[in-house]
Amino acid sequence: MDLTPSDEQRLLRESADRFITETYTAKLREQNAKEPHGFSAAIWRQFAELGWLALPIDEAHGGIGGGAIEIGILMEAFGRGLVSEPYLATVVLGAGLVAQHGRAEQKAAILPKVADGSLHLAFAHSERAARFDLARVDTVARQVADGWVLDGGKVTVLDGRAAQQIIVSARVADGGTLRLFLLPPDTAGVTLTDYPRLGGGHACNLDLENVHLPADALLGDDSDALPAIEAVIDRALAALGAEAVGMMQTLLDTTLAYTKMRKQFGKPLAANQVVRHRLTDMSVHCDEARSMALRAALKADAEPRERGRAASGAKAKIGKGARFVAEQAVQLHGAMGVTEELDVGGYFKRLLAFETLFGGSNHHLRRHAALSGRPSN
Amino acid sequence: MDLSFADADLAFQQDVRGFIAANVPADIRRAQSLNPSVFSEPDIITGWQKALHEKGWAAPGWPQQYGGPGWSPAQRWIFETECAHAGVPSISPMGVKMVGPVIIGFGSPEQKNYYLPRILSGEDYWCQGYSEPGSGSDLSSLKTRAVRDGDHYVVNGTKIWTTHAHHANRMFALVRTSDEPRQQDGISFILIDMKSPGITIRPILTIGGDHEVNQVFFDDVRVPVTDLVGEEGKGWTYGKYLLEFERGAGIASARLRAALNTVSTLAGSEITGRAVEDPDIALRLSEIEIDIDALEMTELRVLSAMQNGENPGAVSSLLKLRVSEIHQAVTRLGVDVIGHDGLVVEPMRPLHTLNHKPAVADQILPVMPKHLNGRAYTIFGGTSEIQRDIISKLVLGL
Repeated sequence: MDLTPSDEQRLLRESADRFITETYTAKLREQNAKEPHGFSAAIWRQFAELGWLALPIDEAHGGIGGGAIEIGILMEAFGRGLVSEPYLATVVLGAGLVAQHGRAEQKAAILPKVADGSLHLAFAHSERAARFDLARVDTVARQVADGWVLDGGKVTVLDGRAAQQIIVSARVADGGTLRLFLLPPDTAGVTLTDYPRLGGGHACNLDLENVHLPADALLGDDSDALPAIEAVIDRALAALGAEAVGMMQTLLDTTLAYTKMRKQFGKPLAANQVVRHRLTDMSVHCDEARSMALRAALKADAEPRERGRAASGAKAKIGKGARFVAEQAVQLHGAMGVTEELDVGGYFKRLLAFETLFGGSNHHLRRHAALSGRPSN
Repeated sequence: MDLSFADADLAFQQDVRGFIAANVPADIRRAQSLNPSVFSEPDIITGWQKALHEKGWAAPGWPQQYGGPGWSPAQRWIFETECAHAGVPSISPMGVKMVGPVIIGFGSPEQKNYYLPRILSGEDYWCQGYSEPGSGSDLSSLKTRAVRDGDHYVVNGTKIWTTHAHHANRMFALVRTSDEPRQQDGISFILIDMKSPGITIRPILTIGGDHEVNQVFFDDVRVPVTDLVGEEGKGWTYGKYLLEFERGAGIASARLRAALNTVSTLAGSEITGRAVEDPDIALRLSEIEIDIDALEMTELRVLSAMQNGENPGAVSSLLKLRVSEIHQAVTRLGVDVIGHDGLVVEPMRPLHTLNHKPAVADQILPVMPKHLNGRAYTIFGGTSEIQRDIISKLVLGL
C-alpha cells in the first residue's frame, strides 16, 4: 500500500504542468477554437515529441507502457489548461479499443502510428435511443460475401472529423453480438455532421446508410465487443475524472483569489463567513474528486465489477462535485462570471460537458447500485 | 502507486484476525452491536482493553518507548479495518487518543511514569473537561477557575457534555489560571481526580434516551500542582493539539463502512420487508458507499504521506467534517430502512441487558437511538461550522 508517485510520475506531472503554464495560454485556446478541427496540429506534434501519445501504448508497439495513473496525471494538467487536442478520442478511446480488442496485425498497424502522432482515431458508439446504456446498439452490421454492410446512426462521436479511422460499434443482424469496425469517414454512405463541442474541441454525428466495409475492417474477432467497450469506457471515466479535478482546482484557485481581492461594502468578499464556507465546501469537493479519480485509476485494471464500481463511483461523485464547484465559481464571480471575458465560463462549460459525457451522476449511481447487486430501477 | 498490501502486512492481518477471534467473544460483539451511544459502556470494553494491553497493542499511535506497538501506518490501517469489520468495541479514546498524547508531548517525567501505564492498562478511565455552559464553540471563553493555594490549585466552576464523567476516575481539564488580554492566554491544562471532595455530577440524557454525558460541578476542589501539565497558562496550545487528535489523523472510514454494511444487510432482510427493493434506498446505499470510498482514499493518501515522513497537512478538519456528515447519512438511511419500526421506543438501557423482550428485533433496536444520538457528530469536537472556519483559514488561507 503506497500512494507515493514514482520519480517518473513526478517528472511527468512537472513537465505537463510546465507545458500547460507556458504554452497552453488563453490566446492559444482562442486560436484553437478557430481551427477547423478545434485543435492545433502543431500542439499534437509536440504531444508526440513529449512522448505523451505513446504513454499508454505498450512497448512492443512503439509505446511507453504507462497506465491509468500516468494518463490521469496528464489529464489533470489538460483540465487545468482546457486542452482541446483529442487525447481522449485518439489515445484513450481509440488506441485503447485497438489494444484491448484488436487482432495482432491491427495493433501492429495502428498503435505505432498513434504513438508517433500520425494517426487520429475516434470511437462512434453512442446512439440517441440508447441514451447512456452501453449495451444498447441499434446500428446493424450485415455480413455479405466480401465483407460487411452497416446501417444506423451515431451521436457525439468525439473529434470524429479529425480521425482517419473511426471505430464504429454495430450489432450483427438478428440479435447477434456487438462488433467493432474500422471505418474511414470518407466511405460511401457515411454522412458526417461536425459541430463544435461544449467546452472545447469538436464532435460529430454519423449517419450510416448501406456502408460497405471489407472483411478485414472488423476490429478483433467474432467475440462480443461489449466487455472491451466497458473496459475502455471505464478507463476513459478515470481519465475524465482526473481532467475534471484539474478544472475544479483551477476554478477553486481562481475564485479564492478573486474573493480575496474583490471588495464590496468596504471589505473583501472572502471576509464574509457565508462566502468562506462556500469556498470551503468547494475545496472539500475538490479533495474528494481527487481521491475518486485516483481510486478509479488505481482500479482501472481490476476485475470488471470492481473496476466498474470504481469508475461509476468516481463519475457519480466527481460529477456532483464538479457541478457544485462550477456553479459556485460563477456565482462568486458575480455578473463577470456569466461573461466570456473571464475563463470561468470556459471551465463551467467544460465541466458541464464532463458531467454529460458517458452519462451523468444519476446514471452512474444506478450503474454502481446494479453492479453492487442492488435493485436500482 | 498501488493499493495492495505487502506480504508482511497480509501476515499481520492474519495475526489481527486471530487475535480478535480469540479475544472478542460473541456476547461482547452483540453488546457492541446494540450500543446506541457514541462511546461504548465500560463493561463492554474492559475485557478487550485488557487483552490489547497484554498484547502491547493498546495504544497504536504512541511511540514505542511509552508502550506503543511500533506499527507502520499500513499496520495501523489494517488493525483499525479488521476491528471495524469484526464489530470490535472501540476502547475509550479519552485516555489513549486524547490525554495520552498530551502527556507524552508536554508532561513531566513523573506524570509520564505514573499516568501512561495506567492509561494502557485501563486502570484509569478518563473524561474530558473542556466545554462549559457558556463556552461551546467559543471554547477559550471558559470560566472555570483554578487559583493557586500553596501546593494546590483550588478549582471552582462547571464543565458540561462530559462523556462518561460518571464512569471516570480522572479528568483532564482546561481551567483559567489568570486573566489576560487575549482569552486564549491564562488557560492551563490540569489533571483532576474525580474522587476529590467538591465534585458533583449531574447526568444529562441525550435525545436517544442514553446517559452518556454529564454536567460536572467543582466546588473548592483541590488539585495538586504536580497535576498541571506543561506550563501554567499554555493550556490552550495543548488543548488544540489534542483537538487535532480528536478530529482526525485517524482511520474512520472502516467503521463507517461497517456501519453502512449493517444498514445494507438490514435493507436486504425480511425483517425490513426488503427495504432495498425501493430504488431510493438502493441508490442511497450506493451514494453513501461512494462517499466512504472517497473518504477512505483521502485517509490512504494521508497515510502514504505519513509513511514517507511527510506532514499530512491540515486535513484533520476536513476529515472530521466528512466523517461526521457521512455518519449521519448512514444513521438516517438506517431509520428509513426500518420503516414502521422507527416509531418503536425502547426506554430501557443498556440495550444488551434488557430483562424483557423488546418489541423489535435486535438488529432494529439500536437504529433509531443511534440516529438520534448521532446528531451530536456534527457538534462535538468543534461543530461543522467551526470546522469550515478552520479549513477556510488553514487550507484556503482566508
